[in-house]
Amino acid sequence: MNFGGRSLAFSILGLLVSILIPLFLDAYYLHILITILFWGYLGSCWNILGGYAGQFSFGHAAFFGVGAYASSLLFVDAGISPWIGMLAGAVLALVLGLFIGYLCFRYGLKGPYFALSMLACAQMLQIIAVNWKAVKGALGVLIPLGDSFLNFTFKNRLPYYYIILAMMIGILILTKWIQEKRLGYYFFAIREDEDAAKALGINIQKYKMMAMALSAFTTAMGGTFYAQYYYYIDPSLSFGGSVSIDILLRPIVGGPGTVFGPLVGSLLLSPLSEITRSLFRQYSGLHQMIFGSILIATVIFLPRGIMGLVQDIGLQIRRKVKKVGPHEPA
Amino acid sequence: MEPSMIIQACVSGILMGGVYSLIAVGLTLIFGIMKIINFAHGAFMMLGMYVSYWVFIYFRIDPYLSILVSFAILFLVGILTQIFLIERVIDTPEHNPLLITLGLWIFLENLALMIWSPDFRTVKVSYSAKSFVVHDIIFSFPRILAFLSAFVLAFLLYLFLKKTDIGKAIRAISEEKIGARLVGINVKKINYITLGIGAACAGVAGSIITPFFHVEPYIGEHFVITAFVVVVLGGMGNFIGSLVGGIILGLCEALAAVLLPGSFKLLVTYLIFMIVLLFRPAGIFSKRPG
Repeated sequence: MNFGGRSLAFSILGLLVSILIPLFLDAYYLHILITILFWGYLGSCWNILGGYAGQFSFGHAAFFGVGAYASSLLFVDAGISPWIGMLAGAVLALVLGLFIGYLCFRYGLKGPYFALSMLACAQMLQIIAVNWKAVKGALGVLIPLGDSFLNFTFKNRLPYYYIILAMMIGILILTKWIQEKRLGYYFFAIREDEDAAKALGINIQKYKMMAMALSAFTTAMGGTFYAQYYYYIDPSLSFGGSVSIDILLRPIVGGPGTVFGPLVGSLLLSPLSEITRSLFRQYSGLHQMIFGSILIATVIFLPRGIMGLVQDIGLQIRRKVKKVGPHEPA
Repeated sequence: MEPSMIIQACVSGILMGGVYSLIAVGLTLIFGIMKIINFAHGAFMMLGMYVSYWVFIYFRIDPYLSILVSFAILFLVGILTQIFLIERVIDTPEHNPLLITLGLWIFLENLALMIWSPDFRTVKVSYSAKSFVVHDIIFSFPRILAFLSAFVLAFLLYLFLKKTDIGKAIRAISEEKIGARLVGINVKKINYITLGIGAACAGVAGSIITPFFHVEPYIGEHFVITAFVVVVLGGMGNFIGSLVGGIILGLCEALAAVLLPGSFKLLVTYLIFMIVLLFRPAGIFSKRPG
């Protein structure tokens, strides 16, 4: 992988800071850090399909919920370690993703149609989960408390932090890898102009399916983390529309189709959500209202997200430096 | 299962379908002109319901009279939405307007939650519980009234589209945007009016169901998703298709509610949606399969 010297140094510094910083924080701030990484992780998973391949999904909760339910049910009903359950859920989500993807892409559903189809799939799964006794219906699944690595349950928040940090680093490396490989260029080509990509001989169906598979697999792993961290899932927490919206909000605000966009978006939105929720408890709905306004403002003023703004500013600074540079003719 | 239960379900299904039709007509109108799926449509309907609710609480005016108020307010909301939000992103990639309306949906719904609380509110008018029985089949009076008004309003809208200059301009743009611009139609102005009328349809639909439906911030969610399905069913941008599609969906939903356990009736709605999208994306009334 091509890391320049400077960005390698930055990466190592960032890694050191993120490993050491939780040691100095109390439980509340640690929780906020975990939510930042958690939503950043899910946003990055969405970003592979939505940001890179350009297929906006309004129903990523489908994969998230499948992951959460698979590992939780295997753990509660069969005593299988959530680590294995995480993999099982991810594989199940991958199969689901390939199935939905096959149907949608085979019949050429794109843009808003694809977004709505994903929404419909997530809603269907929610209805099934509510009505299906075997998955405990509307009551949801309670994870037994415990403190063991094998069972993915900890009394302290610190282990959760390191687990989600590892997942975040994993998805950053995966995204970076996609971006620099041929696969990423295929994704970009499909996003920018599907017909042109097709004319150039790219197998659109195949690469869309790949984006879908990667995205579904990783999103489901986030679902398992959610279940183990909050010890409880129910149909609307897992498959609900607000989950899908929460997942896509971070990458949209941070910058879709960039490696760090989802994390940057999460850095802004996740603390905001936690803080408004605890400060303005009596105004339920306020934090969602703010999220709605931020989404609208981002689309109107920063269509390429915060990362787009950062890139533009960086470009301008470089231009200015060049213009007034001492060794360059004016 | 008694046959009378099936017939009863058909009756209530068709009556509810009329309301779905009116909501969907607004949605399909907006889609036809701007190729935008308006996620905020359910929120517009919810606002219409609250308008009628508050007019009823403060002035004791019947929801059927406050139709005019909610029409005016939602028409304005629609125009403002177009001017300040959608018009700014209309020529950008198609997911941008989608995200804008999604953001507006979240915003309006939670605004309602914040100022009006999540309480279920009801409007009790003299005819709320009135119904008459024919051969063991119950016809709820407010629902019949809602069905009839939905169709009268849809018919008025149809006349408006057919007979007036603005209506003709709207149809022209939905058929051929560039051509319409070339013959001198002010596309910008028509866009404002279309979003205004579309939002007003949703608002009015909200008003006419307040006599028999509870009012709450999240009420629009169910209706907007149903309206998406109706619009897809009838063909995106197809006015008559939406009217018929609404009735069909109302029927399916009511029958599913009788025949299937639990809340599986919603599953039927989504299944219809997926099947139509996949196999007949241009709607069930189109001649070509996609």
